[in-house]
Amino acid sequence: MIQGCNIGVEYYYNRTRIRLAASVTSPLDSPLTACLALVALWGLIGLIGLLRPMSIGFVGRTLFPLGALCGVALAVVAAVSLGAPPEQATLRIGLPDLPMHVRLDALTSLFLFLLGAASAGISVFAAGYFRRGHGTPPGLLCLQYHLFLASMGFVLLADDAYAFMVAWEVMALSSYFLVTTQHGLPEIRRAGFLYLLIAHIGAIAILLSFGVLQGGSWQFTFDAMRSAQLGPQWAAIAFLLALFGFGAKAGLVPLHVWLPEAHPAAPSPVSALMSGVMLKTAVYGVLRVTFDLLGQPQWWWGLVPVAFGLFSALYGVVFAAAQTDMKRLLAYSSIENIGIIFTGLGLAIVFHGLGMSSLGALALIALLYHSLNHAFMKSLLFLGTGAVLHSTGERNLGRLGGLIHRMPWVAWLTLIGALALAGLPPLNGFVSEWLLLQAFLFAHEVPRTFVNMLLPMGAAVVALAAALAAYVMVKFFGVIFLGQPRESSLARAHDAGVLERIGLAWLALACFALGLLPTHVISALRSVGAQLTGVALPSEEAPWWLLVPLPSRQVSYSPLIFFVALTAVVLVTMLAVRLFYHRRVRRGAPWDCGFVRLDARMQDTAEGFGQPIRHIFGPFFAMQRELPSPFDRAPRYRVIVGDRIWRGLYEPLGAIVQRVADAFAWLQQGRIATYLLYSFVTLIVLLALVL
Amino acid sequence: MRPIEILTQVLELVAALAAAPLFLGWINQCRAWLQNRRAPSVWLPYRGIRKLFHKDAVIAESASALFRVAPYIVFAAMVVAAAIIPSMGTRLPITLAADAIALVGLLATARVFLSLAAMDIGTAFGTLGARREMMVGFLAEPALLMVIFVASLISATTALPAITENLATQTLGLYPSLAFTAIAFTMVLLAENARIPIDNPSTHLELTMIHEAMLLEYSARHLALMEWAAALKLFNYACIGFALFIPWGISTGEGGPAALLASIPLLALKLVAAGAGLAFIETISAKLRVFRAPEFLAAAFLFAVLGLLVHLLLGA
Repeated sequence: MIQGCNIGVEYYYNRTRIRLAASVTSPLDSPLTACLALVALWGLIGLIGLLRPMSIGFVGRTLFPLGALCGVALAVVAAVSLGAPPEQATLRIGLPDLPMHVRLDALTSLFLFLLGAASAGISVFAAGYFRRGHGTPPGLLCLQYHLFLASMGFVLLADDAYAFMVAWEVMALSSYFLVTTQHGLPEIRRAGFLYLLIAHIGAIAILLSFGVLQGGSWQFTFDAMRSAQLGPQWAAIAFLLALFGFGAKAGLVPLHVWLPEAHPAAPSPVSALMSGVMLKTAVYGVLRVTFDLLGQPQWWWGLVPVAFGLFSALYGVVFAAAQTDMKRLLAYSSIENIGIIFTGLGLAIVFHGLGMSSLGALALIALLYHSLNHAFMKSLLFLGTGAVLHSTGERNLGRLGGLIHRMPWVAWLTLIGALALAGLPPLNGFVSEWLLLQAFLFAHEVPRTFVNMLLPMGAAVVALAAALAAYVMVKFFGVIFLGQPRESSLARAHDAGVLERIGLAWLALACFALGLLPTHVISALRSVGAQLTGVALPSEEAPWWLLVPLPSRQVSYSPLIFFVALTAVVLVTMLAVRLFYHRRVRRGAPWDCGFVRLDARMQDTAEGFGQPIRHIFGPFFAMQRELPSPFDRAPRYRVIVGDRIWRGLYEPLGAIVQRVADAFAWLQQGRIATYLLYSFVTLIVLLALVL
Repeated sequence: MRPIEILTQVLELVAALAAAPLFLGWINQCRAWLQNRRAPSVWLPYRGIRKLFHKDAVIAESASALFRVAPYIVFAAMVVAAAIIPSMGTRLPITLAADAIALVGLLATARVFLSLAAMDIGTAFGTLGARREMMVGFLAEPALLMVIFVASLISATTALPAITENLATQTLGLYPSLAFTAIAFTMVLLAENARIPIDNPSTHLELTMIHEAMLLEYSARHLALMEWAAALKLFNYACIGFALFIPWGISTGEGGPAALLASIPLLALKLVAAGAGLAFIETISAKLRVFRAPEFLAAAFLFAVLGLLVHLLLGA
C-alpha cells in the first residue's frame, strides 16, 4: 500500500520534472509556465516583504514596482497566448496523490490579462500610497497584497476543483486581511467580518456546485466535469448553485451587502483591486462553469441572471446616487456594473441555448468587454479617491470640493474615469454598453412567446441605469473636484506623487485605448467567444477603425473618427474665436446674480444632489429623516438612507440563525464530564451503525 | 465617398449652423403672436450671439480650466450631432462612425460637460441648475433611447440613415408604435431644450430655472457659444423628429443634386411647421413645478416603453 503510493508520487514527480526541464529550455514556448512563474513571483515578492517588515522605503519603492512589472509581464504573456491552443499541466504541490491541475486557455488568458494590466497600474499607485500608519506593518501588507494577486492568478489558472477552491479561499482570506488593515476601528472589523461571512456562504455554494458537476465520477478535475453527463435537473442545479456562489463574490443583489461595507473599509489600492479585479474572478467562474464545464446551457437559465442583473444594475446605481461617502458611492456603482455584466451573461445564455449563435457571441463579447472596461475605469476612480483621501483625510463628500485647483493631475485623470464610467462616447464604457444594446435589439427574435416581449424591455432598464450612471458621475466628480472647498483645511491639499500619477495615467490610458480601438479588442475577445460557445462572432471585412459587430445589420461605430471629429470641431472653433474675437479676458468675483456674500456652504451638497433620486425612487430606500421645526434654535437636518434588503432579508435571517444557535446552546454545559459523555455516546452510536 | 455625399454633409452642417438661431427666432416670434405680444425680430438671436462675441469676457476667479473648455466641447458636440442627423440627405459619410445610440451618447456628453461647468464656480445657482439638468437628463435620455430603439426595431438596425430610408419608404402610413413614441419624443424635446412646461427660456426667476441657471457665470464669447449650442440642440432635436416621424423628402442620394436641392425647401417647411407647433404647445401649457418634472418625464419614458410594447405585440 505504502509502496504503491510512493511509486505514484515518484511517477508524478518524474513527469513534472520532465515537463519542467522541457520548459526551462524554452520558457517562451510555453505561456502556461511563464504565467505560473509570474504568479509564483508575486508570492515570492510578498514573502520578501517580510524580510524588512517595517521599511516603507524598501517595500514601497522596490517591491511594489517589482509587482507592477510582474503584472505588465503577465498581461503581455496573456495577450500573446489569447489565440494559442489550450495548454495543460500537472503540478506536484499540495497533498500527496492529489496533484493540482492547471490550464491556460483563451478565457483564462483574457482574465489574466485583465489581472496583470489593471494590477500593474494599481501596484505602481500603491508604491507611492502606503505610508507609516497605525494599521498593519508595510511588510505584512506587502505579503497580503501580493498573495491576493497570486491567488487571483491561480484561481484563473486552476483546472480542478481542489486547486480552484484552495486559491479561492486564499483570495478571500488575503483580501479579508487587507480589508481590515485599519483593524483598530470597530466598524472596519465589522465590515471585514461581513465580507468574510458572505464570501464563505458563496464558497459553500461553489463547492456544492462542483460536487454536482462531477456527476458521480468522483473525479474533481475540470476535464472529468467536462465529460460528465448530467441530467437536465442536475445541470440546472449546478448552474444555479454556481450563480449563487459566484454572485455572492460579484455582489449581485441581494448578495451585495458586503460590498458597500468592505470597499470603503479597505485602503484605496485594495478597494481598486477588489472592485476592479476580484469581482471579475467571479464573472470568470460563472463563465467557466456555464459554458465550459456544463457545456450546453439551457436557454431558460439565462432568464435568472438577466432578471437579477437588471435589478442589480438599477438598484446599485440608485443607491450610488444617494451616497455621501465617495467610496461607498463607487462600491454601489460596482454593483450596477456587475448587474450589467450579468445581464449580458443571461442574454448570452438565452441566445446560445436557442441556437442563435452569432447573437450569443455578441452578448458574450459585450459582457467580456464590459468586464475589461470596468476593471480599468473603476480602479482609476478608486485610486483617485485614494489620492484625495490621502491629501485631505476626508472621505465624506460633504467636506470636499474645489480640489481641481489643488490637485489638477488627480482631477483630470479621474475625470477620464468618471466620463468612461458614465458611458460617454468615445471612451470605453460606451462601447460595451453599445454592444449590449445591440444585442438587446434582437432579443425580440427569440422564438419563445412572452420572453420575446419581456427581454427587449430590459433595454429600457439598461438605458435608465446608464443615464443614472452619468448622474452619479457628475455628482461624484462635481462635488469632490469642482466648486469651492467646503472646509478650510482643503487649502492645504497637495497633488499626488509621481508614482501615484503614473498609476492613474496608466489606467486612464487603458480607458482611452479600450474606447478608441474596439475592433482590436473584439478581435482578441473573439477567440474567447469561440472557445466558450464554439461559434465565433463573424469576422467582418470592415477596415480596422470601423466596428461592425453584425455585418448583416448595416450598423457601425467608429470611436476614432468620432473622437477626431469632436476634437477637430473644438480646435477649429477655438482657432476661429482666437482669430476673430480675441477680446481680453478679465478675472473677477463670481457674479451669482449680484449676490456678494457667496460662501462654500451655499453650494449644493452631496445630500442635495441625491435628493431628486431619493424623491423619485422613494420605495427603494428605507429612509429616516429628521426635519427641523421652525422653532428650533439650532436647526438640524438629517437623513439616513438604509438598504431595504438588509432590513427585510438579512436581519430576519440573522435572527433565525441566532435562534437556532440559542437552541443548541444547551449542549454547551462547560463541564468536562459532559463532553466526555458526548464522545462516548457518539462512539456507541457509530459502532451501532457500523456493526 | 462620392462627391454628392460630401456635398450633403457640408450642406447639412452649414444649414444647421446658420439656421439654428433662425429657428429659435421663429419660435419666439410665433410665441409672441400667440400670446398677443409684439413679436421680436426673427433675427434677434443672431444679434445676441454677435453682440456677445464682441464683448470682453469676465471669468470668476475660482473658475478652473474646465469652465473655459466646456463651451467649446458643448458646441462641438452639437455640431457633430448636427452632422450625424440626416436632415436633408441620408448619405452622410460620418454616419458610418456614429449610429443613433452614439448620437444619444453625444448629447449626453454635452449635458455632462455643461453640468460640470455649472458646478465649477461653486455658486448656489450653478450647482442647483446642474443638479436639475442632470435630473431631467437621466429621465429624458432613456426615453429618447427607447424612442430610437422602437424605430430601430422596425428597421432592424440602429444606423440613422437606414432607419430614415426604411421609414420613408414604408407602406404603412403611420406605425401605431411610432405614434406612442412621437408623443414621448415631443415631451423629451420640450424637457431637453428647456422649454415650457419643464423650464422657461425667457425667465430668470431663480426658483424655476434650469438651463439659464447653469449659464449665469458665463459671459461674452463663452456665453455666445453656449447660446449657439442651445439653438443647435433645439434644431438637432427637431431634425431627429423629422428623421423618425416625417422622413419624407429627405434625399437618399439616388436623385442626385436635384433631390438634395428639393429637400432644402421641404426641411424649411417642416421647421416652420414644427416651430409654430412648439410655440403652440408652449402657449397652452403652464410651467410645472420642478417637483412635478420627474412625473412628466416618467410619463415620456413610459410612453416610449409603451410604444416598444405595442411594436412587440402588433409587430408594427
